[in-house]
Amino acid sequence: MKFGVLQFPGSCDEVDALQAARRVGDAELLWHGQRDLRGADAIIVPGGFSYGDYLRAGAIARFAPIMESVIDFARDGGLVLGICNGFQVLCEARLLPGALLGNVNRRFTFRQVGLEVLNSGGSFTDGCALGERLSIPAKHSWGRYYADAETLAAMDRAGQLVLRYAAGENFNGSVHDIAGVSNERGNVFGLMPHPEHAIDELVGGSSDGLKIFESMRLTVEGARV
Amino acid sequence: MSEDPGVATASSGIAPGTASAQQPTVEDALALGLTRAEYELVCEKQDGAGGRAPNQVELAMYSLLWSEHCAYKHSKRLLRTLPTEGRYVVMGPGENAGAVDVGGGLVCAFKVESHNHPSAVEPFQGAATGVGGILRDIFAIGARPIAVLDSLRFGEPLDAPLGPGSGTRSRYLLDGAVAGIGHYGNSIGVPTVGGEVYFEGPYEQNCLVNAMALGLGEREKLVRSAAAGPGNTLVLFGARTGRDGIGGASVLASAELGEADEGKRPTVQVGDPFEEKKLLECSLELLERGLIVALQDLGAAGLTSSAAEMASKGEVGIDLDVAKVPLREGDMEPFEVMVSESQERMLCVVEPANVDAVMELCEKWEVNGSAIGTVTDTGRMRVFADRELVGNMPVRALVDDCPLYDLQPVKPSGPIYRPPVASLAADTSPRETLLALVGSPNIASRRPLFEQYDAVVQSRTVRRPEQADAAVLALDRDPHHTGDSHSTGDSPPAGEGPIPALAVSIDCNGRRVAADPYRGTIEAVLECASNLACVGAEPLGTTNNLNFGNPERPHVAWQLTESVRGLGDACRALEAPIVGGNVSLYNETSSGPIYPTPVIGMVGRLPDARCAGRLGFARAGDTIALVGPFAPSLAASELAKLRGDRLPDGLPDIDIGAVHAAQFAIRGAVRVGALSSAHDIAEGGLATALAECCLAGGLGADVRLPATGDGDPLADLFGEAPGGFLISGTPNGVSSLGRRTPVSVIGTVGGDSLHIGIGDLLLSVTLAELARAHGALAELFG
Amino acid sequence: MLIRPKAGILDPQGEAVERALPALGFKGVENVHVGRLVELEVEDPTQVEAMCEKLLANPLVEDYEIHLLNGIG
Repeated sequence: MKFGVLQFPGSCDEVDALQAARRVGDAELLWHGQRDLRGADAIIVPGGFSYGDYLRAGAIARFAPIMESVIDFARDGGLVLGICNGFQVLCEARLLPGALLGNVNRRFTFRQVGLEVLNSGGSFTDGCALGERLSIPAKHSWGRYYADAETLAAMDRAGQLVLRYAAGENFNGSVHDIAGVSNERGNVFGLMPHPEHAIDELVGGSSDGLKIFESMRLTVEGARV
Repeated sequence: MSEDPGVATASSGIAPGTASAQQPTVEDALALGLTRAEYELVCEKQDGAGGRAPNQVELAMYSLLWSEHCAYKHSKRLLRTLPTEGRYVVMGPGENAGAVDVGGGLVCAFKVESHNHPSAVEPFQGAATGVGGILRDIFAIGARPIAVLDSLRFGEPLDAPLGPGSGTRSRYLLDGAVAGIGHYGNSIGVPTVGGEVYFEGPYEQNCLVNAMALGLGEREKLVRSAAAGPGNTLVLFGARTGRDGIGGASVLASAELGEADEGKRPTVQVGDPFEEKKLLECSLELLERGLIVALQDLGAAGLTSSAAEMASKGEVGIDLDVAKVPLREGDMEPFEVMVSESQERMLCVVEPANVDAVMELCEKWEVNGSAIGTVTDTGRMRVFADRELVGNMPVRALVDDCPLYDLQPVKPSGPIYRPPVASLAADTSPRETLLALVGSPNIASRRPLFEQYDAVVQSRTVRRPEQADAAVLALDRDPHHTGDSHSTGDSPPAGEGPIPALAVSIDCNGRRVAADPYRGTIEAVLECASNLACVGAEPLGTTNNLNFGNPERPHVAWQLTESVRGLGDACRALEAPIVGGNVSLYNETSSGPIYPTPVIGMVGRLPDARCAGRLGFARAGDTIALVGPFAPSLAASELAKLRGDRLPDGLPDIDIGAVHAAQFAIRGAVRVGALSSAHDIAEGGLATALAECCLAGGLGADVRLPATGDGDPLADLFGEAPGGFLISGTPNGVSSLGRRTPVSVIGTVGGDSLHIGIGDLLLSVTLAELARAHGALAELFG
Repeated sequence: MLIRPKAGILDPQGEAVERALPALGFKGVENVHVGRLVELEVEDPTQVEAMCEKLLANPLVEDYEIHLLNGIG
């Protein structure tokens, strides 16, 4: 299977995402200025500071030519993973509900966090057990997830609340400790922590992040149980 | 760049009736920081016999290039005594950064620089642009930046013991500087993997912000900055040029800070990491495609110093047209364009045939690119404003002929620094003393700082802050070589074979250097090497930033001279030559100079990241041992500071050879995985180091130290000196080390408390109490 | 255009400023909110609202106000 990893001016973790994706399949970078997804089976919108986080994080990247193709791809059911800045881009593009606001502590914070799997068995958490705890680093200043009460209730009913920060680990103030959400259909997923930095014990202190990429592979290859 | 035949001779060549025809006076020269004698020399140089006074453009350029910051007038002679050659050195001092061979055809480029005065005026932007500047130095030689470290100094941050509000300014500077470093490093995608911060009274009026960066490049593809090839084109690329930092170099860096700081605010440079990210990629791709002959970044004194230094190194001349420089603000005068310190700009030399390709690449990366000049064989720097010649200077005069001054060192006859205000009574119990030390600003956990930095982007970081004594970075960011995988589902086998890595540390205890500039500096170098040893790394090379007061004062001259002597001796003994560095002088106000602070950065290599050392205890039941020629003394220690003791005159002698031998043994044991943990003993002494090992590992310890008879048990517990290491491991592991070097077993890991027995004394603290004390800095970042 | 966080959404920047002002001697300050200012010159002012909706503000979490400073209509 092939992953396409988007690259915007200011993306930082795209090569890290590329390496993580290559642990489970093929992957290549897709330049923001063109519209060709080059046959990717799944798209990763990576972390970083696309366009310097100008105006609002992800606000400008959302309009990049490549995003037009990604939006069509998502509408057709293609798998799209948004990590950190990528999550922000997907919310700005309305592929995911809600918005990411500034951390309550008003600072960029980098910390290895514990996450709980609230909904397993989906395209991105297929390899995870319900309630499983994942150790993944988070590093951001605009990660406070927000959606209004009505939206949240609907998301909850539809199983769209996928990951939440373990008790005491929510440093950004996200509502209901939400760390990662999917769209209604389940093919688009965004999370603030960085699974691509948890694929290796040596460098990541944990390889829990690999499960997300593995899940995507299983989904694409139709190997779901 | 054709020369207008109407313009006069090569000697004067300035058209009359222009704005720059207004002739500056010697008073202007003095205001810009030149001495009367220097001004007269400039006049003489400007046109050989006969002499012609420099015009506005020329005077501005001379005043910057002849400033302390650019010319190293007071330090150059001293710096020439330092060892700069060695087995691994590929690029030594004199280029944008130094570089050492790290194997596999790769080099590690690294350097440390300061941005002290701008940070005192605007800490966020001062620190941010400091990071931006050092990063540019790294990619200017063709290396991709892979890590940043920072070394900071501020006044006391807590209001006690000096009274309410006394720590406000230091907290403000600390907060701004950390935020600025994080902002720049995080945004550009370079991890900040280590650093240090000290809080001492003498830095209250003169904070220090030093930034170090490392990069990786291919040995065959390194680029130098010497301009070459008369007829070649000079291309400026990156951000537009505005009025940032005009007069910065001479106004801020060569003068002591006075009351008038507010007026200096307009000269602070503002950094844009997003712009620099584009600039970095553009520069690296230009080099990758072999499109440029030479590359230089624009830092202090902007276009003036970059162009002049490129010309000087290449022994060529440069013609430059300010009208071709892309401007951010209209109506900038030629001298403003020449001295602007707008950030995120680079200068390169390109063969005419490649200029179009260079411009295309600039467009791809969305950076401004403009051909602004030509390399000539005239040996002169000629500045044009469109067709009008507005400045004409011999390159040699600008760059090489600046007078150098000998220092007049005189050892001070009495103390220079006020003793610190006491915050701990002399009769405090050892238990409370330990808690006070662990919670003191110089020792407490730096987590509230380093959590503002992304330490993992680029996926190389094997040891993050507080995991080990030095940062460890895998050389290959993709050690499992997934890049070659084209299979659809087979993961390559994980972790086969050793993973070579770099280690890096940055250190300096300015207070101890103040007590003894010679030995204190040796200690700083040894500290770096000991930190590297604890992760299993061998030193390859050193960089340094010498932060001192006013060198024209004899006691500061003495500090500087002695410090450089110690630096040289230590680097020679450890075979870790200096590959580059920076000098920041005049860090002084009416209340006196800063502590002499020679910040040392050292890079090392270890053969296998999988065996990189850790500082925390790992396993209950492990044996704890003390290793090395550790001869602790309370003189100039952190405890002495808390007690309000005056600095001693001199530090105890150091047996560098013995410390070096201990480092070698520790390193060997770490490399073969014989140890569970290794930690160098530094501020706060042995007891503090034990506490740090317990906290990092989440495990207590039971330790018994031999009673030292006539010695003061507090000196054994809290005394400081180089060459002491705390290690832990299985009994077998510890005794295997014991076959190479004397080890003294002192206890066992386990439990949820730290117990230290010495003589009749028993000190006990719980991990919870230690953790509470250790978190003291969190309140500074409310 | 003045862009501010929607009422009811936590505004930690605003809160921090509200806490800092009394410490500097300014009393009786409440309801501090910190937002964004965007200034531009435009030929067709009727487009501005769409600009806000589409890019300049995130209507999910922000309110905006448009002020025409001078203009032909």
